Amino acid sequence: MELIIDGIKKAILLLVTFDREVLGITWLSLKVSGLATFISLFIGISLGTGVALTRFPGRRLVVSIINTGMGVPPVVVGLLVTIFLWRNGPFGMLELLYTPTAIVIAQAVIATPIVAGFSLASIQKLPEALRLQILALGATRLQMIWMLIKEAKLPLLAAAMAGFGGVISEVGASIMVGGNIMGYTRVLTTATVMETGRGNFDVAIALGVILLMVTFCINAVLTWIQQRERPR
Amino acid sequence: MSSDIILQVSGLKVSRGGTPVLDIPELSIRNGEFLSIIGPNGTGKSTLLLSLAGLMKRQGGTIIFHGKTVDNGAELLAFRRRLAMVFQEPLLFDSTVYDNVAAGLKIRRIKRTGIRSVIEENLALFGISHLSSRSARKISGGEAQRASLARAFATDPELIFLDEPFASLDPPTKESIIEDLGRAMHARHTTAVMATHDRMDALRLSRRIAVMGGGRIVQIGTPSEVMHQPVDETVAVFVGIETLLAGEVRGSSGGVLEVGVNHQSIYATGDFSPGERVTCFIRPESVMVFPPGHAADSSARNVFPGVVTKIQPIGLLFRVQIDCGFPITAHVTQMAMDDLHIEAGIRIIAVFKATAVHVIRAPNR
Repeated sequence: MELIIDGIKKAILLLVTFDREVLGITWLSLKVSGLATFISLFIGISLGTGVALTRFPGRRLVVSIINTGMGVPPVVVGLLVTIFLWRNGPFGMLELLYTPTAIVIAQAVIATPIVAGFSLASIQKLPEALRLQILALGATRLQMIWMLIKEAKLPLLAAAMAGFGGVISEVGASIMVGGNIMGYTRVLTTATVMETGRGNFDVAIALGVILLMVTFCINAVLTWIQQRERPR
Repeated sequence: MSSDIILQVSGLKVSRGGTPVLDIPELSIRNGEFLSIIGPNGTGKSTLLLSLAGLMKRQGGTIIFHGKTVDNGAELLAFRRRLAMVFQEPLLFDSTVYDNVAAGLKIRRIKRTGIRSVIEENLALFGISHLSSRSARKISGGEAQRASLARAFATDPELIFLDEPFASLDPPTKESIIEDLGRAMHARHTTAVMATHDRMDALRLSRRIAVMGGGRIVQIGTPSEVMHQPVDETVAVFVGIETLLAGEVRGSSGGVLEVGVNHQSIYATGDFSPGERVTCFIRPESVMVFPPGHAADSSARNVFPGVVTKIQPIGLLFRVQIDCGFPITAHVTQMAMDDLHIEAGIRIIAVFKATAVHVIRAPNR
C-alpha cells in the first residue's frame, strides 16, 4: 500500500515539477499513438466501409480476417514489423527500425483492424434503403459513401476511442520496434516496463498514473463529442 | 415516342439469384400523370420503382427519359438528378429537419445562400416550417414523412417515385399527408409513380393504375377500368371484388347477356356468344339488399331472393354473404343492418344491375 501511495506522490511530483524527461516521454506517446490512430482511422474506415458496401467472393473470409485482426497480440505485430524493417528485411533500406516511425507503423497495424471492424459493423448496420435514398437524391457513389460515414459518426467515434486505447496502452510492439531508446523512442508503456524491471516501483506507478490520465483525458474528450452529437 | 411521355421502359428484366423477379415488356409514364402500381406484397412493385429510377441492376431492357436512352455513368447521374424518391421509412439523416430538406441541393453543390428560400418554401409546402431547427430524430413518424417529402420536392424533380409512402402512418396523419401531397403535385406539375398495396390510396391519387402480379404488369388503365373491369381473377380479388361466379352464356340480345350460374340466370352486359364459358365479377358495393317483397320498385335486372349465411364487420361497413343459389357478397351500412334487422339465417333479396356485372372469358383450366 505504501508503495502505491509513494507512486502516486511521485507521479504528482513529476507532473507539478514539469519533469522534462517525463514530459518528453508523454509527448512522444501522444504524438506516436495519435498519428498511428489517425492513419488507422483513414485506412480502417476506408477498408471497413468498402467491405460493408460491396459483395465479392471471399468477403466472409475478409470479414473474418478483420475480426481476427481486432484481437491480434501486439507482440506478433511487433515481430512482423521488426522482420519487415530489419536490416536484411524487405524494407531494411529505409532504416526505420528503432525509430519513432517504426512505432507509428506497428501501432497503426494494431489499430487498423480495430477501426476497420468497428467501421464495418457500423456501416453495415445502417438500413440498406438509406444507400438507395442517398443515390436517389442525386449523389455520386463517393458522396453516398461520405454521407453514410457521417451517418455512422457516433459508432465511428467509438472506433477512434478503441483504436487509440489499443495503441496507447500496448507495450510489446513498441519495445520491439522502438527499442526503448531514452529521449528518442521511449514512450510511457516502455518506460513503465523498464522502471518496473529496475525495481523503481514509485517511478513505474507514476508513469502508469500518467498513462491512465492521458488515456482518460483523450477518451473523455471523444466521449463528450460523441454524447453531444447524440440526437436523443 | 409520344411527346407527352416522360419515361419509357421496354424489355425490362430483373433477376435475383438467377430467379426472374421482374419482366416488363413495355411501360410508359406520361408527363404530369400520377400512376399507381398496386399488387400484393412480393409482386415486384418496389423492384419496378427502383429499376425505373436506375437504382437497381437490371438484366435487360432500356430506359428512355425525354426521348434519350439512359445508360450508366454520367447519363445515369444526370437522370437521377431529375427525379426523387420517397420510401416507406422516411430515412432522414441524423441532423436537423432543415439540413435534411437541404440534402439534395447540397449534393448538387448549390450554394448555401441560394437554397434557404427553396428549403423554406418546401418546408411550408408540407406544413413543417416550425420543425426546421429540430433534430430529425426528435419528430414524429408523420412529421418525418413530411420532411422526407419536402426533401424530395426541394430538388424540383420532374418525376417522383413513391414506394409505399403512407404504409407506416396512422389514418388521420395519412389523410392529411395525402392531401398535402396532392396539392404539392398539382402546384409543381410533378409526374409521380407510386407503389402501394392499398388500393384506396391508389384510387384517391391516380390517373392510371397498374396492377402487378408475379413480376409482371397484369393490367393497366384508369382507376374505373381497373376497379370495375379487371382482366382476370387475380386482379379482381386484389381490387376488392368479392363475388366471382363461373357460368355459361345462355343468350345474348342487344348487348345484354343471360349467364347461367347454378341453374339461375344472371343478366350482364358484354359481347359473348351463347355457349361460351365465362366468369362474372360483381363488386360488393354494387349489390343492394332489401327485405322480402320490397325489391319490386328496383329497375335492376338481377333480383335474387336468398338467405344470409355470414356477417363480418369491416370497419364502418358489414360484409354480408348471401346464398341465392350461388354465393354473393354485399357491403351494408350499419343503418341498413339495423333497419333491415339483418342477421345470419334471415331471408333477404339481393339486387344488382346488369351493368354492375363484369364478364370475362373463363380461363382455360
